Amino acid sequence: MRRYFVRKLGTYLLAFFLGTTIDWGIPRLMPGNPVQIYLAKFQLQSPGSWEALNKLFSKAFGLDVPVWRQYLNFWDGVFHWNFGVSYTEFPEPVSRIIWSALPYTLALLVPAITLSYVLGNRVGAMAARRKALDNSVLPAGYVFQAMPYAWLALAMAFFLGAYYRWFPISGAYAQGMLPSASWSFVASLLYHWFLPFLTVFLVSFGGWAIGMRNLVIYELETDYTRYLRSLGASERLVRRYAYRNAVLPQLSGLALQLGVVIGGNIVTEVVFNYPGLGNLIYKAISGEDYFLLQGIFLFIIIGVLIANFVIDIVYVMVDPRTRLSMQGAQA
Amino acid sequence: MSLGSEEEVAQQVAVSTAPQESVAEAGHGTAPVLGAGAAPVAGAPSGLGAPLFTGNRRWEFLYFALRNKKLVSGLAVELVFIVLAIFGPLIAPYDPNKLVGPPMHAPSGHYLLGTNYFGQDVFSQLFYGLRDSYLVGFLGALFAAVVGMAIGFAAGYRGGVLDEVLQVFTNIIVMIPSLVLLIVISAYLKSRGVFFEGVFIGVTTWPWVARAVRAQTFTLRERDFVDLAKLSGRRATSIIVKDIAPNMASYLFLVVILLFGSSILLAANFDFLGLGPTNSISLGTMMNQSMLWSALQLHVWWWFIPPGVVITLIVAALLVANVGLDEVFNPRLRET
Repeated sequence: MRRYFVRKLGTYLLAFFLGTTIDWGIPRLMPGNPVQIYLAKFQLQSPGSWEALNKLFSKAFGLDVPVWRQYLNFWDGVFHWNFGVSYTEFPEPVSRIIWSALPYTLALLVPAITLSYVLGNRVGAMAARRKALDNSVLPAGYVFQAMPYAWLALAMAFFLGAYYRWFPISGAYAQGMLPSASWSFVASLLYHWFLPFLTVFLVSFGGWAIGMRNLVIYELETDYTRYLRSLGASERLVRRYAYRNAVLPQLSGLALQLGVVIGGNIVTEVVFNYPGLGNLIYKAISGEDYFLLQGIFLFIIIGVLIANFVIDIVYVMVDPRTRLSMQGAQA
Repeated sequence: MSLGSEEEVAQQVAVSTAPQESVAEAGHGTAPVLGAGAAPVAGAPSGLGAPLFTGNRRWEFLYFALRNKKLVSGLAVELVFIVLAIFGPLIAPYDPNKLVGPPMHAPSGHYLLGTNYFGQDVFSQLFYGLRDSYLVGFLGALFAAVVGMAIGFAAGYRGGVLDEVLQVFTNIIVMIPSLVLLIVISAYLKSRGVFFEGVFIGVTTWPWVARAVRAQTFTLRERDFVDLAKLSGRRATSIIVKDIAPNMASYLFLVVILLFGSSILLAANFDFLGLGPTNSISLGTMMNQSMLWSALQLHVWWWFIPPGVVITLIVAALLVANVGLDEVFNPRLRET
């Protein structure tokens, strides 16, 4: 057990190290460095002023020291939550911009992931080996799973937003409203939150329902279910056992799917102009704000690692084999 | 304790729609899909399904394949789209980049799917976009399969320290969200092609294949026929290619189909952010353009609805065909 956790922890630390190194290395491996890209915008005429500005910016962004020093400085910044200064919103530090966008992304992602996972598993398990349900849930699941997030978001924004005007399609709350702890503000938040949430929810839901259906069908064909049935156990009980066994691979699948859902969340936020990290990435791309991009990438990596760690712990608690060994049956 | 390996098996099940053990069974000698001279394996039990055509397994596979509605209908849809993608430029009524009509013209007899904000024909753009989607899907799946198989076979067959190292590496790559990594890298590149996109998607999605291949190799390398091959003094690569790979060919095929679909979806989302190929039209870039030129507010629905419908159809048909194929390989899943 201990070995298992040490290994896991080692993997996470390595992943963090590698992710941070990639984050640091990408701008340095790409053609043209950020400073040159910024300078190209000024359209300077004389080479002298170009030289001077180049020196100034390199110093400001910490690019005037040897590469190994830059690398260490980057790590120093990571540990102090210091990711430099945003280019598009100039004096604002990158970390503060990210912190203010983070709640919106989490408000979309956390409910969408958990609800789609829980409901998808339930519906999928119900559909398994039941003709009528199977014939409706399965095709719907495939269609939702096959939709690009960007398009589902566009289609919903168009039909439910722009065309019928049932829901707003831009922002996190009504324009002209100031964030406050009032009911009307909360209502506005929820009203704007619903469509982006529904988009992320629906695509994931299809995948979970289908995965669960297949796993439960498989479990219903195993020897232990046959044995249970031959003992005269009720169908309900048999299904409950099948469900508990099928939920384990689904939980591992959740860890694998995180990256996909996060990607989907980014495009959904862009469509609905929802002020989370996804929208921030989009703005950083179009504004060529590389420090902001670098900071967001690191934030997302850290978020994924934390989520993986939580799933690992839940897995250990749910799986009776590991749970028993945790309680001291074996070291 | 054996927790590590159990967890791997569990994770690997979630990757494919096919439960792992069933695939190991279905794998016996049935590898006609890849047609790579799959030698029938010694000791494979005969008659897993109902042996309607006794003798030749190839025919049995075809028999079930042609009677599987999911597989046939899924493949039919793919075939139509592939033909359209190949011959698209011949069928397309207009040059996709030319301004051929009035801007934002609703669908009509002249412009089957209307025109966009600039007056380009949406229908013609769709044909050209189709090519990019298939190309990206193909390249992504190909590269993911090649890298994933190399790492999966090496880890599963050699085991030991190499396995540990490769597994840690795979687990790390899995945790880095590929779309986000692609975004950061592409933001620096001023011109990008379809080839770059496809290869890059493959390079970031191979862990799925690697995990699946590793788990399968792990169970297969304990079998008698592999021991026999080892005793005969053949090299590891030869054993992997001739004895182990054919036994999981059906399973690999399913994984690659799923990767094909996920590559297309990934590319669509990616293109939508404006980071797609800079020199051609793709279905995702069409959606990107429509959003940039406020098609939503102008109610130009024919600009962004068709590309998404096409992508959804392509990927859904792939998923359905995948399930059908799984049923053909694995008698337990067949509907009676």
